[in-house]
Amino acid sequence: MAKINYITHDNQTHTIDVQNGLTVMEGAVQNDIPGIDADCGGGMACATCHVYVNEEWLDKLPTKEDGEEDMLDMAFEPKQNSRLSCQLTISDELDGLVVNIPSKQV
Amino acid sequence: MIKKDVLIIGAGPTGIFCAHQLGIIGLSCEIVDNLDKAGGQCIELYPDKPIYDIPAVPECTGEELTTNLLQQIKPFNVKFHLNERVEELKKVETRWHVKTSGKQEFDVASIVIAGGVGSFEPRKFPLKECEKFEGSSIFYSIKDKTVFKDKTISIFGGGDSALDWAIELSKTSKVNLIHRREGFSGAESSVQKVKQLNDQGKINLYTKYQIDSVAGENNIQSVKIKHDDGETKEFNTDYVLGFFGLIMQLGPILEWGLNINKKAIEVNTENFETNIDGIFAIGDICTYPGKLKLILSGFHEGALAARGCFKYAKPDEKLRFEFTTTSKAAQERLGVKK
Repeated sequence: MAKINYITHDNQTHTIDVQNGLTVMEGAVQNDIPGIDADCGGGMACATCHVYVNEEWLDKLPTKEDGEEDMLDMAFEPKQNSRLSCQLTISDELDGLVVNIPSKQV
Repeated sequence: MIKKDVLIIGAGPTGIFCAHQLGIIGLSCEIVDNLDKAGGQCIELYPDKPIYDIPAVPECTGEELTTNLLQQIKPFNVKFHLNERVEELKKVETRWHVKTSGKQEFDVASIVIAGGVGSFEPRKFPLKECEKFEGSSIFYSIKDKTVFKDKTISIFGGGDSALDWAIELSKTSKVNLIHRREGFSGAESSVQKVKQLNDQGKINLYTKYQIDSVAGENNIQSVKIKHDDGETKEFNTDYVLGFFGLIMQLGPILEWGLNINKKAIEVNTENFETNIDGIFAIGDICTYPGKLKLILSGFHEGALAARGCFKYAKPDEKLRFEFTTTSKAAQERLGVKK
């Protein structure tokens, strides 16, 4: 279990307990956090679960596979701290993770 | 005007299998899809990725699944209208009249929307000011490359489209290629070629840059790009091309008065009809309590929706439930020779 802080574009913080093994994307979708579409359902086949990861957390995350970076090329306003939230699997180490949700996904 | 019993919107696995189910019960249909080939997300997003949860098929790729489904509906000679998007819908007495982007018109008793997560459209630049240049000096696809001859073209993106067009247009135009990172998702051979052309001064390659702003009156005059570290560059350009892949949009379907819930169409689970009589929705695009976005769920939904279409197509007949193993009528429709 980890507490994940989702900051939506209107600057509201939604803190959710997400079970280990789920992804940051699933934590958002299952708890109706607005702004994460996840059109492909976690298949790394779209870029609609795009989040900006708080700088402090960047190196605690699993490294990006090539496919993720390729998909991020197609995200809305990608930045250096961009990740696809479907590729971030929750574990105790991510307790307190802060992610910002972009103003839109498409 | 094409007159059929049913129009299916979307040529993904769910739409194709629904055509099969319509064929079995003796209804005619045609299929419209915005993409240039059948298969939907299976072909567009993961043609080579294995799928493991198709009943009785332990493993198959998106492409194999599509090929097999097309094989399965062969007996029904279903016509596909590809590269076309459904635009307008009109109720004419008991029938529906549908018009597509390719000016094709259909007259049908019912409509099955199997549109997945919507139609695939090019992803555009995030800048608002790009909109006014779209179609004149900003493009997201190329129809006629001759307009670019002897002009300055700024191409954004790092996939095959961006690389291929940069290489192609560098023969006759001055090309700037701008990409947000050093790595490219396009083919390695194209990446090498672009780097070589950059060394020869035939392409100006800018990596770790993204678009910052565009300027111009009726046409674009210049584009400003921004490096990851904040530094900006501005240069003159006649055209700007963006190749950021495809996104999925529900498009005109949103304006049909259907009940929409989180980008999906609400349906009943008896026959997957929407709030509008004669319009059904199946597959990823529909939602109901317990909805699973699985291909197998789409097959089930298509089978029931097909039967739901029957009363609109043949109001005076009664549909009898039959098995393909024993039904003479179904076997005849399938062209089974005994």
